[in-house]
Amino acid sequence: MIAPLLDIRNLCLGVAAARSVHPLVKDLSFQIMPGEAYGLVGESGSGKSVTSLAVMGLLKKPLAVSGGEIKFKGENLLSLPKRAMRHLRGNRIAMIFQEPMTALNPLSTVGRQIAEMFVLHQGKGWNEASKLSVDALASVRVPNPDRRARNYPHQMSGGLRQRVMIAMALACNPDLLIADEPTTALDVTVQAEVLRLIKDLCKERGTAVLFISHDLGVIASVCQRVGVMYAGCLVEENDTRALFDDPRHDYTRGLLGALPRLGSRTQNNRQRLIDIDSIIADRSILTKTRFIAPRTLQEGRP
Amino acid sequence: MTAPLLQVEDLHVRFPISGGRLLGGGRRTLHAVNGISFSLAKGECLSIVGESGCGKSTTALSILGLQEPSEGAIRYRGQPLVGAGAPGRMKRAKVVQMVFQDPYASLNPRQTVRTALAAPLRLHGVTAASEIDARIEAVLKDVGLTPEQAGRYPHEFSGGQRQRIGIARALILEPEIVVLDEPVSALDVSIRAQIINLLLDLQEKRGLSYLMISHDLSVVEHMSDRVLVMFFGEIVEEGGWRAIFETPAHPYTRRLIAAIPDPDAALRLGRQTGSMDDFGRHAGYRFAFDGSSVPDIFTAPLPSALVEVAPGHRIRVARG
Repeated sequence: MIAPLLDIRNLCLGVAAARSVHPLVKDLSFQIMPGEAYGLVGESGSGKSVTSLAVMGLLKKPLAVSGGEIKFKGENLLSLPKRAMRHLRGNRIAMIFQEPMTALNPLSTVGRQIAEMFVLHQGKGWNEASKLSVDALASVRVPNPDRRARNYPHQMSGGLRQRVMIAMALACNPDLLIADEPTTALDVTVQAEVLRLIKDLCKERGTAVLFISHDLGVIASVCQRVGVMYAGCLVEENDTRALFDDPRHDYTRGLLGALPRLGSRTQNNRQRLIDIDSIIADRSILTKTRFIAPRTLQEGRP
Repeated sequence: MTAPLLQVEDLHVRFPISGGRLLGGGRRTLHAVNGISFSLAKGECLSIVGESGCGKSTTALSILGLQEPSEGAIRYRGQPLVGAGAPGRMKRAKVVQMVFQDPYASLNPRQTVRTALAAPLRLHGVTAASEIDARIEAVLKDVGLTPEQAGRYPHEFSGGQRQRIGIARALILEPEIVVLDEPVSALDVSIRAQIINLLLDLQEKRGLSYLMISHDLSVVEHMSDRVLVMFFGEIVEEGGWRAIFETPAHPYTRRLIAAIPDPDAALRLGRQTGSMDDFGRHAGYRFAFDGSSVPDIFTAPLPSALVEVAPGHRIRVARG
């Protein structure tokens, strides 16, 4: 039995008010094996993004963790000193954000921003680092990487910027990559390319991925295991195929039924989609039941 | 033969881009829409799909009269809808209305729902308070809101409810054509299903014609009768939804369909993808599809034509 790379146990976090804590994530537990792509799916406000911020140690007031632990390679990140956390962040755990334009520094060339990773985390000199940054751009299949390294973010298209973000995140060969809705802002064809890139690179380098999305199709095409979040709780977890073929939890069933699926229309008259609210009268009972299937995966590979 | 409800003929929209030199030297023109023709029948849902920048929104703006076409005609029941000899903005507003993509940006935060819905009625000569109230009540019921909610401001509603308000605003003047610009792409999965169901119900109940703009092909497949695939200002394929999704003929359409992250397809694979090698043969643009160049949108495309491959199913191929 291999130890999980990321082991989240009974994580609770919320908004700290004057005397109480308003919970956003309730008793969340899941594990990511080394090299595994794990997907967290849920609607807006289900707590998936704050979970990823908690892993990165980026929660800001009034958000705070109120219980549980986040173990990375056996070490509890929540009790780690700030300095040690800063050493991990970007180096061993890296993140790709949803909006590449706001995540990149507009005043600095992309080459310099990637080179910074090598200087900060690997102690390289700027000359060597900028050569490495060109290689990093080439590895994310940016055409003309040496010319592109001298570009500023505004000179690039959305797809290219997201590639730069991926190059930056993977620069130090992290063990865990957190991708928070990395393709939501992109066109379908560009999205398909970026997803393939993330998938291929992580497989090649054995990087584990925590993939966060509201798009079930995106999750299915990237992840081996999926957790479904609803109202701060993990309501169902299973291997991707099993989850889509045989959803056990009412909420997952509703979510899959609400999705217009390609090839599902068979007649000229249009069928109505399933409306979660019409099949589940009382949403508050949804978090009372959970279905967590045992893993059938070996070493994070299907 | 009766004229179709809406007919677009050889529509061109070009934008002048200054070349930065004095006296107009080096001025270039961006061809946003390049000779598009289509018609929309009563009660039909026609979708335009394509990537950002392909001209689908510009086409919609032209129909709404918000973007002057450079060439071409747009007719409503055989009469011009925009350009010379067209009725004014007020008349057009009773024919065609729009539902916008972002329900957060498209509602005025300082107006209550009642104010937003009453303004178009007043402008169109409905002044009796009782009639205004009755019509607002009816349209709110139709979109699944309660009349009591009319006194509230947009910030008091969720994203899905706001989109319902956006739909109510589009329907208050009882237009025959509604342009839907990515009507559900800003919404969560479960809310999306509710809005799609609502749009389908309203279409049936009121006999509306939809012109939907979207890049979400699974929604398009679910809702459309016919589909136009646009690529850099031109229609590259058009046909019934079944033809487009079951036997896509143009490599670009196949590429678009293959790119959709669909759970079933992702898990089972084996979906046919278009080879981009023969793309040049099909498209009117000089264009290498290895990512090294994009179509040159500043020069007119090479001659090409739409060729019928099956009844009602046409694709663009290079001519000559």
